[in-house]
Amino acid sequence: METESRGWSPYLAGALTGGVIIASAWIAGNYFGASTSFVRVTAFIEQLFSAERVSTMDYFRWFGPRVDWQVMMVLGILIGSFISSMTDGSFKVKAVPDMWESRFGPSTVKRSVFAFVGGVVLMFGARLAGGCPSGYGLGALVQLAVSGLIVVVCFFAGGIIFANIIYRGGEKQ
Amino acid sequence: MSALINGLITGILFGFLLQKGRVVRYDMQVGALRLKDMTIVKFFFSAILTGMAGVAVLHHFGIARPLILPTNIGANIIGGLIFGIGWAIIGYCPGTSLGALGEGRVDAFWGILGMLTGAAIIAEVYPEISSTILTWGTEGSITLPQVLGVNEWVVITAFVIGGLSLFVWIEKKGL
Repeated sequence: METESRGWSPYLAGALTGGVIIASAWIAGNYFGASTSFVRVTAFIEQLFSAERVSTMDYFRWFGPRVDWQVMMVLGILIGSFISSMTDGSFKVKAVPDMWESRFGPSTVKRSVFAFVGGVVLMFGARLAGGCPSGYGLGALVQLAVSGLIVVVCFFAGGIIFANIIYRGGEKQ
Repeated sequence: MSALINGLITGILFGFLLQKGRVVRYDMQVGALRLKDMTIVKFFFSAILTGMAGVAVLHHFGIARPLILPTNIGANIIGGLIFGIGWAIIGYCPGTSLGALGEGRVDAFWGILGMLTGAAIIAEVYPEISSTILTWGTEGSITLPQVLGVNEWVVITAFVIGGLSLFVWIEKKGL
Protein backbone atom coordinates (compact mmCIF):
# COMPACT_ATOMS: atom_id res chain seq x y z
CA MET A 1 0.00 0.00 0.00
CA GLU A 2 1.29 3.43 -0.90
CA THR A 3 1.80 5.82 1.93
CA GLU A 4 0.59 9.36 1.69
CA SER A 5 2.21 12.43 3.19
CA ARG A 6 0.40 13.44 6.34
CA GLY A 7 -0.19 17.08 5.58
CA TRP A 8 0.03 19.85 8.15
CA SER A 9 -1.11 19.95 11.73
CA PRO A 10 -4.84 20.78 11.68
CA TYR A 11 -4.17 23.31 14.44
CA LEU A 12 -1.66 25.14 12.24
CA ALA A 13 -3.79 24.97 9.08
CA GLY A 14 -6.82 26.11 11.10
CA ALA A 15 -5.01 29.01 12.73
CA LEU A 16 -3.69 30.13 9.33
CA THR A 17 -7.26 29.95 8.03
CA GLY A 18 -8.18 32.25 10.91
CA GLY A 19 -5.54 34.61 9.49
CA VAL A 20 -7.22 34.43 6.07
CA ILE A 21 -10.58 35.21 7.72
CA ILE A 22 -9.07 38.29 9.38
CA ALA A 23 -7.39 39.40 6.14
CA SER A 24 -10.60 39.09 4.12
CA ALA A 25 -12.53 41.14 6.69
CA TRP A 26 -9.76 43.72 6.66
CA ILE A 27 -9.05 43.98 2.95
CA ALA A 28 -12.41 43.24 1.36
CA GLY A 29 -14.83 43.71 4.27
CA ASN A 30 -16.18 40.23 3.58
CA TYR A 31 -16.86 37.33 5.89
CA PHE A 32 -16.69 33.64 5.03
CA GLY A 33 -19.65 31.73 3.64
CA ALA A 34 -20.36 29.16 0.95
CA SER A 35 -23.98 28.06 0.72
CA THR A 36 -25.35 31.32 -0.75
CA SER A 37 -23.15 30.68 -3.78
CA PHE A 38 -24.93 27.38 -4.42
CA VAL A 39 -28.22 29.33 -4.54
CA ARG A 40 -26.72 31.78 -7.02
CA VAL A 41 -25.46 28.99 -9.27
CA THR A 42 -28.87 27.27 -9.07
CA ALA A 43 -30.53 30.56 -10.02
CA PHE A 44 -28.13 30.84 -12.95
CA ILE A 45 -28.91 27.30 -14.17
CA GLU A 46 -32.69 27.79 -13.81
CA GLN A 47 -32.41 31.10 -15.63
CA LEU A 48 -31.09 29.26 -18.68
CA PHE A 49 -34.40 27.40 -18.86
CA SER A 50 -36.87 29.95 -17.59
CA ALA A 51 -35.51 33.44 -17.04
CA GLU A 52 -38.93 34.93 -16.50
CA ARG A 53 -39.83 32.55 -13.71
CA VAL A 54 -36.52 33.11 -11.89
CA SER A 55 -37.08 36.85 -11.98
CA THR A 56 -40.43 36.46 -10.21
CA MET A 57 -39.21 34.19 -7.40
CA ASP A 58 -38.64 35.94 -4.09
CA TYR A 59 -35.75 33.75 -3.06
CA PHE A 60 -33.83 34.36 -6.26
CA ARG A 61 -34.51 38.06 -5.93
CA TRP A 62 -32.54 37.90 -2.67
CA PHE A 63 -29.87 35.57 -3.96
CA GLY A 64 -29.87 36.10 -7.70
CA PRO A 65 -27.72 34.64 -10.48
CA ARG A 66 -24.78 36.90 -9.82
CA VAL A 67 -21.06 36.23 -9.57
CA ASP A 68 -19.85 37.96 -6.42
CA TRP A 69 -16.97 37.75 -3.95
CA GLN A 70 -18.30 34.61 -2.32
CA VAL A 71 -18.94 32.70 -5.58
CA MET A 72 -15.34 33.36 -6.54
CA MET A 73 -14.19 32.27 -3.10
CA VAL A 74 -16.05 28.96 -3.37
CA LEU A 75 -14.52 28.41 -6.79
CA GLY A 76 -11.14 29.23 -5.27
CA ILE A 77 -11.53 26.42 -2.70
CA LEU A 78 -11.61 23.92 -5.57
CA ILE A 79 -8.47 25.41 -7.12
CA GLY A 80 -6.60 25.75 -3.81
CA SER A 81 -7.30 22.16 -2.84
CA PHE A 82 -6.23 21.00 -6.30
CA ILE A 83 -2.95 22.91 -6.09
CA SER A 84 -2.22 21.64 -2.58
CA SER A 85 -3.00 18.00 -3.36
CA MET A 86 -1.15 17.95 -6.69
CA THR A 87 2.00 19.45 -5.20
CA ASP A 88 2.25 17.09 -2.21
CA GLY A 89 1.13 13.94 -3.96
CA SER A 90 -2.11 13.50 -2.02
CA PHE A 91 -4.36 14.00 -5.06
CA LYS A 92 -6.20 10.78 -5.70
CA VAL A 93 -9.21 10.02 -7.85
CA LYS A 94 -11.56 8.16 -5.56
CA ALA A 95 -15.31 7.59 -5.90
CA VAL A 96 -16.01 5.69 -2.68
CA PRO A 97 -14.49 6.85 0.64
CA ASP A 98 -12.78 4.14 2.71
CA MET A 99 -15.03 4.51 5.75
CA TRP A 100 -18.16 4.47 3.59
CA GLU A 101 -16.95 1.31 1.84
CA SER A 102 -16.29 -0.45 5.13
CA ARG A 103 -19.89 0.11 6.16
CA PHE A 104 -21.96 0.31 2.97
CA GLY A 105 -19.85 -1.60 0.44
CA PRO A 106 -17.79 -0.70 -2.64
CA SER A 107 -20.67 0.25 -4.99
CA THR A 108 -19.90 3.54 -6.75
CA VAL A 109 -23.54 3.94 -7.78
CA LYS A 110 -24.79 3.52 -4.23
CA ARG A 111 -22.26 6.03 -2.88
CA SER A 112 -23.04 8.53 -5.66
CA VAL A 113 -26.79 8.30 -5.04
CA PHE A 114 -26.40 8.81 -1.30
CA ALA A 115 -23.93 11.66 -1.81
CA PHE A 116 -26.57 13.32 -3.99
CA VAL A 117 -29.37 12.72 -1.48
CA GLY A 118 -27.19 13.89 1.41
CA GLY A 119 -26.39 17.01 -0.59
CA VAL A 120 -30.07 17.78 -1.13
CA VAL A 121 -30.92 17.36 2.56
CA LEU A 122 -27.85 19.28 3.74
CA MET A 123 -28.43 22.27 1.47
CA PHE A 124 -32.14 22.40 2.34
CA GLY A 125 -31.15 22.54 6.01
CA ALA A 126 -28.36 25.04 5.45
CA ARG A 127 -30.58 27.48 3.57
CA LEU A 128 -33.40 27.06 6.09
CA ALA A 129 -30.94 27.81 8.90
CA GLY A 130 -29.50 30.65 6.81
CA GLY A 131 -26.01 29.29 6.12
CA CYS A 132 -23.47 26.48 6.36
CA PRO A 133 -20.44 25.81 8.61
CA SER A 134 -18.44 28.41 6.68
CA GLY A 135 -21.09 31.13 7.05
CA TYR A 136 -22.20 30.37 10.59
CA GLY A 137 -18.96 29.03 12.00
CA LEU A 138 -16.19 30.92 10.23
CA GLY A 139 -18.39 33.96 9.50
CA ALA A 140 -20.99 34.46 12.23
CA LEU A 141 -19.50 32.74 15.27
CA VAL A 142 -16.22 34.52 14.60
CA GLN A 143 -18.22 37.74 15.06
CA LEU A 144 -19.84 36.34 18.23
CA ALA A 145 -23.32 36.18 16.66
CA VAL A 146 -25.89 34.28 18.72
CA SER A 147 -27.13 32.69 15.48
CA GLY A 148 -23.64 31.29 14.83
CA LEU A 149 -23.50 29.51 18.17
CA ILE A 150 -27.03 28.05 17.89
CA VAL A 151 -26.54 26.80 14.34
CA VAL A 152 -23.04 25.35 14.83
CA VAL A 153 -24.26 23.41 17.87
CA CYS A 154 -27.23 22.10 15.84
CA PHE A 155 -25.02 21.16 12.86
CA PHE A 156 -22.90 18.96 15.10
CA ALA A 157 -25.86 17.66 17.17
CA GLY A 158 -27.79 16.56 14.06
CA GLY A 159 -24.66 15.16 12.45
CA ILE A 160 -23.41 13.25 15.49
CA ILE A 161 -26.81 11.70 16.18
CA PHE A 162 -27.46 10.67 12.59
CA ALA A 163 -23.91 9.45 11.85
CA ASN A 164 -24.06 7.23 14.90
CA ILE A 165 -27.46 5.88 13.81
CA ILE A 166 -26.32 4.92 10.32
CA TYR A 167 -23.02 3.50 11.55
CA ARG A 168 -24.59 1.55 14.40
CA GLY A 169 -23.27 -1.97 14.28
CA GLY A 170 -19.92 -0.68 13.09
CA GLU A 171 -18.01 -1.53 9.96
CA LYS A 172 -19.62 -4.63 8.53
CA GLN A 173 -17.78 -5.46 5.36
CA MET B 1 -13.65 43.35 -10.45
CA SER B 2 -11.08 43.60 -7.66
CA ALA B 3 -13.63 42.10 -5.25
CA LEU B 4 -13.90 39.06 -7.51
CA ILE B 5 -10.14 38.59 -7.68
CA ASN B 6 -9.93 39.09 -3.93
CA GLY B 7 -12.61 36.42 -3.46
CA LEU B 8 -10.77 34.01 -5.72
CA ILE B 9 -7.47 34.48 -3.90
CA THR B 10 -9.18 34.11 -0.52
CA GLY B 11 -10.80 30.88 -1.72
CA ILE B 12 -7.53 29.49 -3.09
CA LEU B 13 -5.83 30.12 0.26
CA PHE B 14 -8.78 28.61 2.15
CA GLY B 15 -8.91 25.55 -0.12
CA PHE B 16 -5.13 25.10 0.12
CA LEU B 17 -5.26 25.18 3.93
CA LEU B 18 -8.33 22.92 4.12
CA GLN B 19 -6.53 20.35 2.00
CA LYS B 20 -3.24 20.69 3.90
CA GLY B 21 -5.15 20.13 7.15
CA ARG B 22 -6.66 17.02 5.48
CA VAL B 23 -10.14 18.11 6.57
CA VAL B 24 -11.97 17.95 3.23
CA ARG B 25 -12.36 14.17 3.28
CA TYR B 26 -15.42 12.08 4.04
CA ASP B 27 -13.45 9.93 6.46
CA MET B 28 -12.41 13.00 8.47
CA GLN B 29 -15.85 14.63 8.47
CA VAL B 30 -17.82 11.51 9.36
CA GLY B 31 -14.98 10.41 11.64
CA ALA B 32 -15.63 13.56 13.68
CA LEU B 33 -19.39 12.98 13.73
CA ARG B 34 -18.75 9.42 14.95
CA LEU B 35 -16.44 10.93 17.59
CA LYS B 36 -13.51 8.85 16.33
CA ASP B 37 -11.25 11.47 14.73
CA MET B 38 -11.26 15.09 15.80
CA THR B 39 -9.11 16.50 12.97
CA ILE B 40 -11.87 18.75 11.65
CA VAL B 41 -12.74 19.95 15.14
CA LYS B 42 -9.11 20.95 15.69
CA PHE B 43 -9.04 22.80 12.37
CA PHE B 44 -12.47 24.43 12.70
CA PHE B 45 -12.04 25.74 16.23
CA SER B 46 -8.43 26.85 15.64
CA ALA B 47 -9.73 28.94 12.74
CA ILE B 48 -12.66 30.29 14.77
CA LEU B 49 -10.61 31.22 17.85
CA THR B 50 -7.93 32.94 15.77
CA GLY B 51 -10.49 34.69 13.59
CA MET B 52 -12.52 35.76 16.61
CA ALA B 53 -9.65 37.60 18.26
CA GLY B 54 -8.46 39.27 15.05
CA VAL B 55 -11.91 40.29 13.83
CA ALA B 56 -12.76 41.75 17.26
CA VAL B 57 -9.72 44.01 16.96
CA LEU B 58 -10.79 45.08 13.45
CA HIS B 59 -14.31 45.85 14.71
CA HIS B 60 -12.95 47.69 17.74
CA PHE B 61 -10.92 50.08 15.61
CA GLY B 62 -13.62 50.39 12.97
CA ILE B 63 -11.40 48.81 10.31
CA ALA B 64 -14.08 46.28 9.33
CA ARG B 65 -17.82 46.60 9.80
CA PRO B 66 -19.63 43.76 11.58
CA LEU B 67 -22.09 41.75 9.50
CA ILE B 68 -24.16 39.74 11.96
CA LEU B 69 -26.42 37.01 10.57
CA PRO B 70 -29.82 37.40 12.28
CA THR B 71 -31.01 34.97 14.92
CA ASN B 72 -34.19 33.16 13.88
CA ILE B 73 -34.38 30.54 16.60
CA GLY B 74 -36.88 28.21 14.85
CA ALA B 75 -35.14 28.21 11.47
CA ASN B 76 -31.65 28.12 13.03
CA ILE B 77 -32.43 25.01 15.09
CA ILE B 78 -34.57 23.10 12.57
CA GLY B 79 -32.34 23.98 9.63
CA GLY B 80 -29.20 23.22 11.62
CA LEU B 81 -30.44 19.76 12.60
CA ILE B 82 -31.59 18.94 9.04
CA PHE B 83 -28.17 20.05 7.79
CA GLY B 84 -26.58 17.66 10.29
CA ILE B 85 -28.58 14.71 8.93
CA GLY B 86 -27.54 15.48 5.36
CA TRP B 87 -23.95 16.08 6.49
CA ALA B 88 -23.77 12.62 8.09
CA ILE B 89 -24.87 11.08 4.76
CA ILE B 90 -22.74 13.06 2.32
CA GLY B 91 -19.72 13.56 4.57
CA TYR B 92 -18.89 16.94 3.06
CA CYS B 93 -20.18 20.42 3.81
CA PRO B 94 -20.76 22.99 1.05
CA GLY B 95 -17.27 24.50 1.29
CA THR B 96 -15.40 21.24 1.72
CA SER B 97 -17.30 19.53 -1.11
CA LEU B 98 -15.41 21.76 -3.56
CA GLY B 99 -12.18 21.02 -1.73
CA ALA B 100 -12.87 17.28 -1.86
CA LEU B 101 -13.50 17.47 -5.59
CA GLY B 102 -10.24 19.41 -5.92
CA GLU B 103 -8.25 16.53 -4.39
CA GLY B 104 -9.96 13.99 -6.64
CA ARG B 105 -12.87 12.76 -4.51
CA VAL B 106 -15.35 12.46 -7.34
CA ASP B 107 -18.30 11.43 -5.14
CA ALA B 108 -18.31 15.08 -4.07
CA PHE B 109 -19.43 15.95 -7.60
CA TRP B 110 -22.74 14.12 -7.05
CA GLY B 111 -22.99 15.76 -3.67
CA ILE B 112 -22.58 19.18 -5.25
CA LEU B 113 -25.35 18.40 -7.76
CA GLY B 114 -27.51 17.38 -4.79
CA MET B 115 -26.71 20.67 -3.04
CA LEU B 116 -27.74 22.66 -6.11
CA THR B 117 -30.97 20.65 -6.17
CA GLY B 118 -31.52 21.37 -2.48
CA ALA B 119 -31.06 25.07 -3.20
CA ALA B 120 -33.67 24.82 -5.97
CA ILE B 121 -36.13 23.16 -3.58
CA ILE B 122 -35.71 25.81 -0.89
CA ALA B 123 -36.31 28.52 -3.51
CA GLU B 124 -39.60 26.79 -4.45
CA VAL B 125 -40.87 26.45 -0.90
CA TYR B 126 -39.54 29.79 0.34
CA PRO B 127 -42.95 31.52 0.34
CA GLU B 128 -44.29 28.84 2.74
CA ILE B 129 -41.24 28.91 5.01
CA SER B 130 -41.04 32.67 5.18
CA SER B 131 -44.56 32.91 6.61
CA THR B 132 -44.06 30.05 9.10
CA ILE B 133 -40.69 28.71 10.33
CA LEU B 134 -38.84 31.93 9.57
CA THR B 135 -41.18 33.85 11.87
CA TRP B 136 -40.55 31.63 14.90
CA GLY B 137 -38.31 33.40 17.39
CA THR B 138 -36.88 36.21 15.28
CA GLU B 139 -34.45 38.10 17.46
CA GLY B 140 -32.55 40.12 14.86
CA SER B 141 -28.80 40.57 14.57
CA ILE B 142 -27.88 39.92 18.18
CA THR B 143 -24.46 39.02 19.53
CA LEU B 144 -23.39 37.04 22.58
CA PRO B 145 -21.84 40.07 24.34
CA GLN B 146 -25.16 41.96 23.91
CA VAL B 147 -27.28 39.10 25.22
CA LEU B 148 -24.95 38.36 28.14
CA GLY B 149 -24.38 42.04 28.87
CA VAL B 150 -20.60 41.69 28.98
CA ASN B 151 -17.60 43.02 27.08
CA GLU B 152 -16.74 41.11 23.89
CA TRP B 153 -13.31 40.21 25.27
CA VAL B 154 -14.95 38.38 28.15
CA VAL B 155 -16.81 36.22 25.64
CA ILE B 156 -13.72 35.69 23.50
CA THR B 157 -11.64 34.75 26.55
CA ALA B 158 -14.33 32.23 27.52
CA PHE B 159 -14.26 30.74 24.01
CA VAL B 160 -10.46 30.54 24.02
CA ILE B 161 -10.40 28.81 27.41
CA GLY B 162 -13.19 26.46 26.33
CA GLY B 163 -11.50 25.75 23.00
CA LEU B 164 -8.07 25.09 24.51
CA SER B 165 -9.63 22.80 27.13
CA LEU B 166 -11.34 20.90 24.31
CA PHE B 167 -8.01 20.56 22.48
CA VAL B 168 -6.29 19.29 25.62
CA TRP B 169 -9.06 16.73 26.15
CA ILE B 170 -8.90 15.60 22.50
CA GLU B 171 -5.12 15.14 22.66
CA LYS B 172 -5.37 13.27 25.94
CA LYS B 173 -7.89 10.90 24.37
CA GLY B 174 -5.69 10.54 21.30
CA LEU B 175 -8.47 11.59 18.92
